Amino acid sequence: MSDALLKVRDLKIGATVYPPSGKPHDIEIVHGVSFDLEKGKVLGLIGESGAGKSTIGLSAMAYGRGGVKITGGEVWVNGQDILKQGIRDLRRLRGATVTYVSQSAAASFNPAKKIMEQVTEAAILQGKFSRKEAEERAVRLFDKLGLPNPETIGNRYPHQVSGGQLQRCMTALALCPEPDLVVFDEPTTALDVTTQIDVLMAIKAAIRDTGVAALYITHDLAVVAQVSDDIMVLRMGETVEYGPVDQIINNPQEEYTQALVSVRSIDHEEKRPTPEPVLTVNHVTARYRGTNFDVLRNISVDLHEGQTLAVVGESGSGKSTLARVITGLLPPAEGEINFAGRALSPALEQRSKEDLRELQMIYQMADTAMNPRQTVGTIIGRPLEFYFGMRGAEKRKRIKELLEEIEMGDGFIDRYPAELSGGQKQRVCIARALAAKPKLIICDEVTSALDPLVADGILKLLLNLQKIENVAYLFITHDLATVRAIADSIAVMYQGKVVRYGTKSEVLSPPFDDYTDLLLSSVPEMKLGWLEEVIAHRKMESAGN
Amino acid sequence: MHPILKLLVQRIALSLLLLLAASAMIFIGTQILPGDVAQSILGQSATPESLANLRAELGLNEPALTRYFDWLFGALQGDLGTALTNGRDIAESLGARLKNTLFLAFWAAVISVPLAIFLGLLAVRYQNRWPDKLISAVTLTSISIPEFLIGYVLMYFISVKLGWFTSVSTIYDSMSLGEKLSAIALPVTVLTLVVLAHMMRMTRAAILNVMQSAYIETAELKGLSMFNIIRKHAFPNAIAPIVNVVMLNLAYLVVGVVVVEVVFVYPGMGQYLVDHVSKRDVPVVQACGLIFAAVYIGLNMVADIVSILANPRLRHPK
Repeated sequence: MSDALLKVRDLKIGATVYPPSGKPHDIEIVHGVSFDLEKGKVLGLIGESGAGKSTIGLSAMAYGRGGVKITGGEVWVNGQDILKQGIRDLRRLRGATVTYVSQSAAASFNPAKKIMEQVTEAAILQGKFSRKEAEERAVRLFDKLGLPNPETIGNRYPHQVSGGQLQRCMTALALCPEPDLVVFDEPTTALDVTTQIDVLMAIKAAIRDTGVAALYITHDLAVVAQVSDDIMVLRMGETVEYGPVDQIINNPQEEYTQALVSVRSIDHEEKRPTPEPVLTVNHVTARYRGTNFDVLRNISVDLHEGQTLAVVGESGSGKSTLARVITGLLPPAEGEINFAGRALSPALEQRSKEDLRELQMIYQMADTAMNPRQTVGTIIGRPLEFYFGMRGAEKRKRIKELLEEIEMGDGFIDRYPAELSGGQKQRVCIARALAAKPKLIICDEVTSALDPLVADGILKLLLNLQKIENVAYLFITHDLATVRAIADSIAVMYQGKVVRYGTKSEVLSPPFDDYTDLLLSSVPEMKLGWLEEVIAHRKMESAGN
Repeated sequence: MHPILKLLVQRIALSLLLLLAASAMIFIGTQILPGDVAQSILGQSATPESLANLRAELGLNEPALTRYFDWLFGALQGDLGTALTNGRDIAESLGARLKNTLFLAFWAAVISVPLAIFLGLLAVRYQNRWPDKLISAVTLTSISIPEFLIGYVLMYFISVKLGWFTSVSTIYDSMSLGEKLSAIALPVTVLTLVVLAHMMRMTRAAILNVMQSAYIETAELKGLSMFNIIRKHAFPNAIAPIVNVVMLNLAYLVVGVVVVEVVFVYPGMGQYLVDHVSKRDVPVVQACGLIFAAVYIGLNMVADIVSILANPRLRHPK
């Protein structure tokens, strides 16, 4: 073990917190973590948000983000304790020996500079290569990572390439100076599943071909299982379980790891369509003002009372635009929408208070959907006042009932959103939508920003509430696991069109159309070797064609 | 047509439209002033006949719209009319004054803009440490003191006590450049002190804002030094807000220097304007107003054009 490339011993990391009430104070966020990483190996760090995985990853570069400080322990890179080094030595380490790939390449590239300049910058600055050598190496890496036009893509600006391509450019940026270790921090989390699989393949091949070691940080166990040799499961700054990937996936010892492996255990019996749908979208076509590009093309779907229609597709497929059309924020260019047995006015201004009440919405970012200066009681009480004219004790009683329904209890009534966890915030948003006693709730990616176990809890709550309140959900998501868990019927959208529509069992059973097949086969599965199987399968198919 | 060219043409057309609107406002403003030009020229010697004659001579009996267009078309051809008080051609006397004002503004800008940006960068480099605090304290103090007071204080110490520079900044065409620069040293210092804080604070804020971005973290993790991070990655993305505030201050150097010009008896536009306002010389006031509006709108247009050109998304569309 003495020849380990990266050796972390009893690492402790602290941060200063600024609570909304009270004085700023220091807390410890990582409590003594130890691990080893040998040359050419990949260690997956996995955990929920707040587990400290990014913080631990950045400590391999002796870097603390924001007010984060490394307070104790040792980090040895190539036999040197980097925590004892000064800033000059650290600068030689960063960008040369250890490099970093961030979650959002779109934000991590300087918008004012060409890609090539940024990819080669560290290698040239650190004196590893001349400009010419670095650029040649970058082109080879672009090629290896499967980027189109590797010779010329470096001359483009970051905004001129797609998100998936930029994430691969970021990987090239990290590999260009021939580092010993790359820290991958959620490199595929922001991508669509069909793009994620390509980037994942590219990263895996690049790690294999260059022999570089990697720390791979993610919250998605199925993803990390495809690329890692070892896995360390973290929770609240402590190691839960640490071992070879095979043991963690196939024989997890700790209860928490078992829960992560078996997540999405929801069993949902699909309901049969009723004769009278609560919502009918009829041949709707929509475009944004000032453009003549159809964002939605001839969409027709039905949603039945007390059931869930999942609208699934990649970013840019038009699923959120469909929600905007149904809510009246974007009047359709053609087509009509029937709701609860009546025609809905295309524009929001012409809709009655009853229309507004019966059609509620829950958003992806619970944070920004609530006024941070209002208490939970005020937020949930507002629709009660507005739609039912409730006041005083009557209103307070109803708010407490709603808090009971979302399994939070009336102790939260006077709290502010900043004092709640991500899952609790989303529950408050659900209570606010329910307060209006709606017939239909549009859920726009409501679990996408949440950790898997928390998301699971939200989905169970939504299904439970559906049984009690008989409310219908239009559930917009890009996550097929969520769809399997919650849907009664499914509409698959691609480039503004519904390419597949029917009950859940119809849509998820073969024969598939090409796009649905691609989408379904791209969802990472919690088993070893899944990535290789998919690659082999696709190669066979393309050879067959 | 390249989309950026379209944007630029739109922006320039908008500026022209704005200038037209400003000219109308200036004209209307001077028309609704109480009192009568003929009355104030003649003063005590006014008789009903002489008033009527003078009005006819000055064209004051024409409808306002006719007079506006006459004035506007004249101005477009460089004819700003004649001053009522001394009968001289306005364009000629204004030209000399404008040249002096631009001379003063130019040297103030040459010193203050690079200095402000340098101090802003320095403040970012040593954020929340003593150099940052010192720079902020000094520049904020200087912007808080009225400019005439700074002017008199400088005059007292530098020209009266030390005798380095003259306290009267009057310049003539016959002076050499060196003599002229020596003469305007004090007003340039005052103007620099006045505009420094605004530009320096904006540079600091704009760059600090950019320093929050994820790509600055990327640069840090590449092992770049703080100086290189600011120079290569932060500054190019902070140009637009900085240019905007620089242009606003340049406009102030041309348009807002009245007080400084009066304090130092400098023969610029400001003094000229103040003299003629007190004499109710409407054509001169209108001409000065038009020039000031053109300078303001023009400089802001330049700021917008630079912002557009500095945006890589507009310069290199998908």
